[in-house]
Amino acid sequence: MGDMLALAVGNLLSPIILFFVLGFAAAFARSDLSIPEAVAKGLSLYLLFAIGFKGGASVADHGIDATLLFSLGAGVILSFAMPLIAFALLRAMSGLSVMDAAAVAGHYGSISIVTFVAASSVLQSAGLQAEGYMVAVAAVMEAPAILSALWIIARFGNSSAQMESGLIREILLNGSIVLLVGSFLIGWITGQDGLDMIAPFIVAPFQGVLCLFLLDMGLVAGRGLREARSVLRPGVFLFGILMPPIGASLGLGFGLLLGLSPGGVVLLMTLAASASYIAVPAAMRVALPEANPSIYLTLSLGVTFPFNLTLGIPLYLAVVRALTGA
Amino acid sequence: MQTHQAKRVEITIEAVMENRLAKALLEAGVTGFTVLPVLSGSGRSGHWSREGQVTRAGGMVSVICIIRPERLDALLDAAFSVVDRHIGVVSIVDCEVLRAERF
Repeated sequence: MGDMLALAVGNLLSPIILFFVLGFAAAFARSDLSIPEAVAKGLSLYLLFAIGFKGGASVADHGIDATLLFSLGAGVILSFAMPLIAFALLRAMSGLSVMDAAAVAGHYGSISIVTFVAASSVLQSAGLQAEGYMVAVAAVMEAPAILSALWIIARFGNSSAQMESGLIREILLNGSIVLLVGSFLIGWITGQDGLDMIAPFIVAPFQGVLCLFLLDMGLVAGRGLREARSVLRPGVFLFGILMPPIGASLGLGFGLLLGLSPGGVVLLMTLAASASYIAVPAAMRVALPEANPSIYLTLSLGVTFPFNLTLGIPLYLAVVRALTGA
Repeated sequence: MQTHQAKRVEITIEAVMENRLAKALLEAGVTGFTVLPVLSGSGRSGHWSREGQVTRAGGMVSVICIIRPERLDALLDAAFSVVDRHIGVVSIVDCEVLRAERF
């Protein structure tokens, strides 16, 4: 217990978390601090590029095995299944309409790549290695949840969701996925030599860029939460911090079943615990425009994201350490 | 200077719908339009700002078309088929243009 507490405090006092907290506090204090839109976009591209490339290089270094395919399968199953759990939970504890609950549920089957990056950074600080292909698992978990949300509406709702032919294509080919998977493949092809070549750009500055990006995320999350407090009824808010440990538990089960490394299990837990705030909101605005975006954006970005960043990731790491002795 | 009557249609819509609207306009025979980013605003959902959005799901764009009056109905039908279920504002004003053949 003492170790868990020390780890949690250590994580809370890491620069990436403190910069996130700074942004969050600045937004609440109505400071005019802001990261220009183009810079934020650039930072996000950098992080996707770096994390994808390093994952690919790691796979080239360690090789692939059957666990890769099973891990991808586990990611897809989790992404399909979690919206169903989230929907049932939301309907039971929040009183949200079917439309809003389905839209929120879709977010909780998909993933937050920034949470994944933060977890990778925490693992690195803790001296734990993870399978490089977890980046690919993250990529395959983006879209299935959206299909689950639309199925929920078709099954339980009285409004028709519009599943356009172009929507799935847009989700699968959104810029983040293309860059992440593309960098992963290039890292895989070029291996350690490729990584050595660009290491001064993607290894050394990584933590600093992540700090700046999380400062921006803190600002965004704080502003969102400040402006949408009225939509966060207690049941809805509680869901936002209850669902991540539920997802993480499922990730833990799959990770142990597949025989992933302790670091890999933590990353799968983090992916299953996180909620999307980029791909799914865009898809929901197209497919379910009647759903209230304030609810799902505030929950995923203003509640679940900070929870995972500050308490969730250290908790998942501590649980894995306790179970595996890593 | 000789001027000609035209209609100026401004459609403010969510950024995620921009491509769909553009496609519908082109299919309706609208050959030209201008898309402008919207910085911030306020409506029934309260105040919102482009600043600090992590996703284009939260942004809005303004699509401006200037057309001959006889093309207005086709344009509105096309636009409405896209914006019907979505947040958005469609406004139409009379205007004058110098080169009618371009519209």
